[in-house]
Amino acid sequence: MTAPLDVSGEETKATPEAVLSGVGGPKAIQGRSLGQIAWMRLKKDKVALTGAGVVIFLVLVAIFAPLIVSWFGHPPNEFHQEMIDTMTMRPKGGSGISGDFLFGVEPQNGRDLFSRVVYGARISLLIAFFATLISVLIGTVMGVVAGYFGGWVDTIISRLMDIFLAFPILVFALALVGVLGQFETQLGVKGDSLRILLLIFVIGFFNWGYIARIIRGQTLSLREREFVDAARSLGARGPYILFREILPNLIAPILIYATLLVPANVLFEAALSFLGVGIQPPTATWGAMLSAATKYYTVPHFMIFPGMAIFITVLAFNLFGDGLRDALDPKSSR
Amino acid sequence: MTEPLLSVQGLEKHFPVTKGLLQRQVGAVKAVDGVSFDVRKGETLGLVGESGCGKTTTGRLITRLIEPTGGKVIFEGHDITHMSQGKIRPLRRDMQMIFQDPYSSLNPRHTVGAIVGAPFKIQGVHTEQGVKKAVQDILALVGLNPEHYNRYPHEFSGGQRQRIGIARTLALKPKLIIADEPVSALDVSIQAQVVNLLEDLQNELDLTYLVIAHDLSVVRHISDRVAVMYLGKIVELADRKGLYESPMHPYTNALLSAVPIPDPKGKAGRERIRLQGDVPSPLNPPPACRFHTRCWKAQEICKTEEPPLLQLAPGHQVACHFPENAPALAEPEVAAQT
Repeated sequence: MTAPLDVSGEETKATPEAVLSGVGGPKAIQGRSLGQIAWMRLKKDKVALTGAGVVIFLVLVAIFAPLIVSWFGHPPNEFHQEMIDTMTMRPKGGSGISGDFLFGVEPQNGRDLFSRVVYGARISLLIAFFATLISVLIGTVMGVVAGYFGGWVDTIISRLMDIFLAFPILVFALALVGVLGQFETQLGVKGDSLRILLLIFVIGFFNWGYIARIIRGQTLSLREREFVDAARSLGARGPYILFREILPNLIAPILIYATLLVPANVLFEAALSFLGVGIQPPTATWGAMLSAATKYYTVPHFMIFPGMAIFITVLAFNLFGDGLRDALDPKSSR
Repeated sequence: MTEPLLSVQGLEKHFPVTKGLLQRQVGAVKAVDGVSFDVRKGETLGLVGESGCGKTTTGRLITRLIEPTGGKVIFEGHDITHMSQGKIRPLRRDMQMIFQDPYSSLNPRHTVGAIVGAPFKIQGVHTEQGVKKAVQDILALVGLNPEHYNRYPHEFSGGQRQRIGIARTLALKPKLIIADEPVSALDVSIQAQVVNLLEDLQNELDLTYLVIAHDLSVVRHISDRVAVMYLGKIVELADRKGLYESPMHPYTNALLSAVPIPDPKGKAGRERIRLQGDVPSPLNPPPACRFHTRCWKAQEICKTEEPPLLQLAPGHQVACHFPENAPALAEPEVAAQT
């Protein structure tokens, strides 16, 4: 459909029509699912692949943070007063960047900035991923139910979506995290784990509106397709139609909006930490580091490294999400 | 005469038109308004009419994809008009539907094997040599390569897709197939292939068809009897020969005159009847004879009294006060009986 003009021989081989006419030789006929075709398209998109590569790299960094830090840095909460100029409270030599401290040290207490950025990836990605998971789960269920059943069910869920979309999430999250943070003993978890759970819940629970809207719209149009009628005329029950006929067609939009929701959640978590209601010090998060760095604007590297980390993460996810959307383009998946 | 396989009696479907916050009903679209016909075992009944006359709705009412407002649908002696979906499920094996659009009637995420095998799965039917073998046999039957089992619908052309759709309806060896515009989405050259396939299958598997179409030549090719619909009602029902050679209802006449003749020289031999105006809205259909607003023969009685569907010649029913080509009343009927 949108074939590039310079189609080389190799690429034509990859089109399904070529497979149909038997270019592949006498081998067993193998069908290509829409997923496989999307993957072939994605493989040609260098920008999206770069984004995907960075995303994988970041995930690996987050998972193996202790190992990486033990090789290239110092424990994230270890003070290195010897690196600090006691007169100005700034790192000796401006930033303290050296082979020992790759990203330099923090002003005042001299913690290893590299280790803190690496550990910050853990918190950011953990919260962003699980919050996205919650949003996607709630959003998909709500959207499919609203779109498939219609009527008053649709009306109620749609108005609920409107309420959640109109909600001043940031203000509410500030209040909720602040209040619930007081109930450490009652909730049975405390410290960082409590904060992380709270953030995942708050971010995830207030973001399902967008995805539910998209899924509802898609379900509305899928419901009217003739293959749903065909299944019904065969005697299929509601759950069969929902799970076997409609849901497989929703995987593409779900994947796309999940990948685009992750960077939004990274930013949201950073914003909450920046405002001081996120993870509490001394645990390292990118947002809290930025917040602390505002006091030391004369030491720019303190702000640049966590800022760059957020920037690269968000950019990589967005590029990957855009590429995924192009690859799973609904226009070509008729 | 044996009992008909499918009997439709006074079938009605009125879609409510609601307005305002409280969904107050302000009217109804009378999509199907009292349609009656029988489909005998082994025959093909064609249902024709222009867009929006209620053909497709009739098909969907019979398969119970939508709920009838009134009337009766009797299939093999069972009244299925208001049967619950649970009770109707086993009957669905014997009554299948071919859909119009081969691009929308196949789920793009399922393989051909899964699509054609779905009836076995949904109905819980077990086959002797497994579902895969059964599906491959059906694929071969409709002229597809059985090795395409693992392919996805987007890898096929429109005609091939329609064959997949037909294969799905044949899976459970139904008795009645309701074909809703089975070829209208296809190329003319492919149309012939699919129509011939439907005929071959009918001979081979002893099928009964109800073919819904707007293409008169397709209907002429495939049908044994033809019913003509106008604004939710049947205006004429006759065997193929009677309908095409001596149409009685003015609307049928007009329809037939609109069929293009492939021979440019043959044009002179026929007069084209041009109907004036549009089809009236089914929201507010004309009283009495619904065709009187566009009929050139309409008189006062057409506006006040609804013409009943009467048998004017053997096997030829028409609903008109002033039928054309009608044998002189009374006498021919006697002649037919002797």
